[in-house]
Amino acid sequence: MTLFRLILREVAYRKLNFALGVASVSVAVACLVGSLAVLRKHDARTEQIIAAKETETRARMATLEDDYRKITKGLGFNVLILPRDQNLSDLFADDFASRYMPENYVERLATSRVATIQHLLPSLQQKLKWPEVERTIILIGVRGEVPVLHADPKKPILEAVPPGTMVAGWELHRSLKLKSGDKVKLLGRDFTVGKLHPERGTKDDITVWINLKEAQQLLGKPGQINGILALECVCAADSLDKVRAEIVKILPDTQVIEFQSQTLARAEARRRAATEAQAAVEHEKQNRARLRQERESFAAVLVPVVVVAAGVWIAFLSFGNVRERRTEIGVLRAIGVQSRGLLAIFLGRAAVIGLVGAGLGFAAGLLVGACWHEGAAAVRVAAGGQDAKLFLSVLAGAPVVAALAAWLPSLVAAQQDPAEILSRE
Amino acid sequence: MSVGLDIQNLGKVYHGSNGAVHAVEGVSLTLAPGDFVGVQGPSGCGKTTLLLAAGALLQPSAGQVTVAGQNPYALTPEERAKFRAANIGFVFQQFHLVPYLSVLDNVLAPSLALLQPGVEQRARELLAQFGLEPRAHHVPAELSTGERQRTALARALLNRPKLLLADEPTGNLDRDNAQVVLGALADFAQGGGAVLLVTHDAVAAQCAQRIVRMKEGRLVMDGSAASDGSSNA
Repeated sequence: MTLFRLILREVAYRKLNFALGVASVSVAVACLVGSLAVLRKHDARTEQIIAAKETETRARMATLEDDYRKITKGLGFNVLILPRDQNLSDLFADDFASRYMPENYVERLATSRVATIQHLLPSLQQKLKWPEVERTIILIGVRGEVPVLHADPKKPILEAVPPGTMVAGWELHRSLKLKSGDKVKLLGRDFTVGKLHPERGTKDDITVWINLKEAQQLLGKPGQINGILALECVCAADSLDKVRAEIVKILPDTQVIEFQSQTLARAEARRRAATEAQAAVEHEKQNRARLRQERESFAAVLVPVVVVAAGVWIAFLSFGNVRERRTEIGVLRAIGVQSRGLLAIFLGRAAVIGLVGAGLGFAAGLLVGACWHEGAAAVRVAAGGQDAKLFLSVLAGAPVVAALAAWLPSLVAAQQDPAEILSRE
Repeated sequence: MSVGLDIQNLGKVYHGSNGAVHAVEGVSLTLAPGDFVGVQGPSGCGKTTLLLAAGALLQPSAGQVTVAGQNPYALTPEERAKFRAANIGFVFQQFHLVPYLSVLDNVLAPSLALLQPGVEQRARELLAQFGLEPRAHHVPAELSTGERQRTALARALLNRPKLLLADEPTGNLDRDNAQVVLGALADFAQGGGAVLLVTHDAVAAQCAQRIVRMKEGRLVMDGSAASDGSSNA
């Protein structure tokens, strides 16, 4: 006969009291384990969602990049080919190049096999005073587009200006009240006003375009140009260096600068898309973190409340058990069982309640966690490796908590006076 | 000469809301090994108090109790519990069996306090002695009244006590079962143990070698059962 045997027999005999105790421990343990399982499941689900979001973002970024590449591919680069010794600071300050190069460079380029060049526009530009009308203008001599011989024929993006005519910018024709067909004099030469440009809000508004040959004559630069605009150079994205290398190989004493290109917009668009995608992932992370915080806060209140309630309930049941077993206590004391033996009997009983409740509650908690609507995939994670450690902790902790709850009733049992009990019986 | 129980000038006072009550006063009683003493008296005369004090369960207010040559009240409560387990057996009118334990486990219950070698064998011998073997694995609720008291008796004898205290052990029994119990008490005394039997039953008292009478907490007669012709039944 052992104390443990006595405890088990008593438990089997007073099933209701035991079952009520076990139920309370089970509920407390289930709340704890369930909360942890739900939080773990939440974390696992969060990882899944974020990983999926990041994968989706990467895929979207790849698609977006491809889309932008395709969209901006047609736009191509715009590059300006200048004499190599042209100081770029001067160019930007004066609005025209002060160095010159032979006009035939454009032919060399057009007849070369530079695959990336689509349109070539040679020009001779100079800012000067239009003495006849007392205006500062930018005079540009153009000869229209030089066909790129190896490429498929394309519609010219700029028409040539016929000799003897001029195209006037908006500010000039507005202020000088010029109309198409008007006769004007420029640097002593007669021109007929041809096209009139609408307002552009750029230096084009004070620009006069004339035929290149006439411009060379007027400016005293026969056979000279100071820039070749190569428009819509088609190549892989971000490969301006390739364009430069190809051109400079053919025209060694030139330099190539990017000019009002679309590549910057392309890069900016990609950067913005990436930022937005990252922001979406961050937003999702914050949402999940907030949700976790809410669940954690709820569990932080629920679990202690339920554990305390279970403790009080076990204490209440233990008091009932002590009262019910009063005579038994008296007899056991009479036959020599020491008070610490009685303490062990009642604490042991509470520990058994805790142990069984822990097992059942753990299973129930996992079940709650598994049934929590976070998606089936997370269930496996929730029931993962940490559970063994948690199980052992709960299995060790619940009996201790139950025994602590039953401490006072057990002490009362151990201190019962057998003489008083037996004399009343 | 060694004694089973020696009580000298025993006094016990209960302090209640209505003042002090002298339950037992100036009682002296000695039981040598082999003595079987019956205690008779009206209800409230102090019989049970005497029994509990003799059983090292109730600290006397005055006087001295010696069981098997030792004053149990000089011991700490835990030592006294151990002392009880080793030296004193109890039999109660209401049997006080543990309801969820089998007959065998009830008989073995004192081993919770004092585990002696061969205790299970001893328990089975007692079951055989009291004709309880077929009932060894039955719980008290499945036993007859006589079987319950025999189980209680077997439990009291498990640790081979030197003193057996019986409080109305035949009060709830029929004649045959009462005879079995009284016979067992007499056998225990013959085996060298001391028996103090508290009873109202004159027939039961006749089994004792000596009868003491109590009245209002005092011993008023101490003599042999044979010389006591009166009946208190």
